[in-house]
Amino acid sequence: MAILILILILCLWLGPALAIALILISRRPRAAEFLNLGASAASLAASLALIASAPGRSIVLGDHFLVSTPLGLWVVLCVAIVYVLASIYAIGYMRLLVEEARRLPWFYALFSGFALTMFVAPLMNNPGIYWIVIDLTTIVSAFLVGFEREAESAEAAWKYIIIVSAGLSLALLGIILFYWAGTFSFGPVYDMTWRHLRLMAPHAPHALLLLAFLLTLIGFGTKVGLAPMHTWLPDAHSEGPAPVSALLSGALLNTAMLGVVRFLTVLDAGGLGRAGHIALCVLGALSLAVAALFIVRQTGAKRLMAYSSIEHMGVVALGFGFGGVLGIAGAMYHMLNHALNKSLMFFGAGDMMRAYRSKDMRAMRRILRFYPATGTAWLLGAVAITGAPPFGLFQSELAILRAGMAGPEVWAVAVMAVLLIVIFIGFLAHFRRMVAGPAPAAGHEPRLAFGPWMTVPLWLALIPLTVLGLWWPPILWRFFAHAARVIR
Amino acid sequence: MPILSFGPLAASLFTVLAIVSLFLSFVMLGSHWLKNHIYAFALESWTIAALSAAVGYFGHYQELYIIAVLTALFRGTLLPYLILRLMAKLHLEREFTALLRPSSSLVLGTVLVIVAFLVARHLGVRVAPDDRIVILALTCMLSLKLIGFLMMILRSEAISHILGLLVIENGIFLGSQILVPGMPLLLELVILFDLLIIVLTFGVLMRYLQLHAGTTSSRHLQRLVG
Repeated sequence: MAILILILILCLWLGPALAIALILISRRPRAAEFLNLGASAASLAASLALIASAPGRSIVLGDHFLVSTPLGLWVVLCVAIVYVLASIYAIGYMRLLVEEARRLPWFYALFSGFALTMFVAPLMNNPGIYWIVIDLTTIVSAFLVGFEREAESAEAAWKYIIIVSAGLSLALLGIILFYWAGTFSFGPVYDMTWRHLRLMAPHAPHALLLLAFLLTLIGFGTKVGLAPMHTWLPDAHSEGPAPVSALLSGALLNTAMLGVVRFLTVLDAGGLGRAGHIALCVLGALSLAVAALFIVRQTGAKRLMAYSSIEHMGVVALGFGFGGVLGIAGAMYHMLNHALNKSLMFFGAGDMMRAYRSKDMRAMRRILRFYPATGTAWLLGAVAITGAPPFGLFQSELAILRAGMAGPEVWAVAVMAVLLIVIFIGFLAHFRRMVAGPAPAAGHEPRLAFGPWMTVPLWLALIPLTVLGLWWPPILWRFFAHAARVIR
Repeated sequence: MPILSFGPLAASLFTVLAIVSLFLSFVMLGSHWLKNHIYAFALESWTIAALSAAVGYFGHYQELYIIAVLTALFRGTLLPYLILRLMAKLHLEREFTALLRPSSSLVLGTVLVIVAFLVARHLGVRVAPDDRIVILALTCMLSLKLIGFLMMILRSEAISHILGLLVIENGIFLGSQILVPGMPLLLELVILFDLLIIVLTFGVLMRYLQLHAGTTSSRHLQRLVG
């Protein structure tokens, strides 16, 4: 069993790694596109096989370097799904950037590299190595954010790397304090693994444990985009090319959230779980509040989606903060639904940005008349992302709300419910103007026609999202229930 | 099991080295000339390398000698060299747009050290009541962290931000040498390597900024708001 999983993990990494090598050797844009696409399809197949074959417990593999837990594999699956969708979309989108044609192989090499780091991080058994891989995701994606080489994207990439590196340095301090806390029970030299941290937690001094957790929460919380450490997120997500935004939002944020959740389980093991859960709920509620304020008065299409990512990471944080089987199941389901939905939203925003030659939503008028297929998918996606039925996010948000009602943090449920309504109104008001507002002035009508590369991925995301909203597969329920038990 | 059982000689040596690195961070805080910063940073890295070697010698951790050599090479020589080169390429000599005068920054720095000491004492008496060196290590670790953040907040040149981040990293490294000398070697090596990549990335991005945004000062990077 362990051997099979090890092979599947290696297959998962092999696709993107091979793609990087071949892209750099061939240096041909067309070859790069399809190598990247092939790598993404292979990774998705490997991650599905991993989920199907892994037992519902955590297994340590590969000389204690790797760990396969249900939650970790789930994050890998979310990354793989977004990676495939973004790779399809990137083919159409990046061909529009005519002036960048020569640098396309670099783009795809970085793109595969970014995906590869996100496939590696969730499977690391050593919290320190996990931290380093998360740091690598920042470095690789900073180049992707700055890829278009305009003043805005350079500024966004710079802010991104400075703020996130500073945040992650706090997380490193937290990890070292955790390790130090363990030296009181294991002696000065021991293996740094998630399991050892959980084992030492009951014997560690409470003040030290709490300080270490808060540092890691702030550190990885910066990477997740929880308010008030979210300031890099709207810039980075809005200035990178649209496929990169999808990967940042749908995949990267989940990968960092995994770290927060794992350190929370250490705190749980140490008997301080309540304090940690409250801290996570406070950050989650604050993220929702900040997102709501900025969504209502937003003008940029991609910035709107970025603030919506902050909102949804707040919801996921609340889900894990409420805890219990229902909370964890809801949060995990929300990760998948958000990954699908946010990819769809960024693809739609990228399409419209190119068509109307503006990032401003006030310029995007009558989207349904000019683009019936793309516009419909984007509009339905907007309804879905506000948490309205019959889409997946409705199911997961409802599960998280129910989990909150059952627990002690009922205040957070009230805050969440009110803010979700505010966001629903604010978000859809923008789409109402884009659909039913005044027609564009004569001569300003969009002329660009989208090929299948730029339309099909939207529907590929929307259809499973609708299915997941109408029917929560029992097999997923069982998987989440296992995950909730293993997390403890 | 006692985590640290160093003699008085070892303890006083560690104390001197830790205090010297803390002092050097004040040199950085008090000067607006970037060159002084970089020299102070290099010296601080060498001090920390000496500390690693001392902990390795007194605590019998052979692998800390490797760490000491690599720290001196990477943090003490290569990184300062790279940043000096970057500075020369971008024709930057000093920080013009700091929020506070050097004297006020120094006062603020001392306040932060006191805060760090209070936090360290609070933790120290609960964790290892009879070990003074623990409180000292925690104080230096947290002070360098806070001073690094202060430098990043008060200054707006991109190079100052990099240096602030490096001071933070030095603080973590300093503390970890005393608190967890037995931390796996692999991890420390990878962190050193990671730091190098980060500085190279910063270098490339700074050239992007200079080229495409026309400035490397965060005071002028105001396009993205709201």
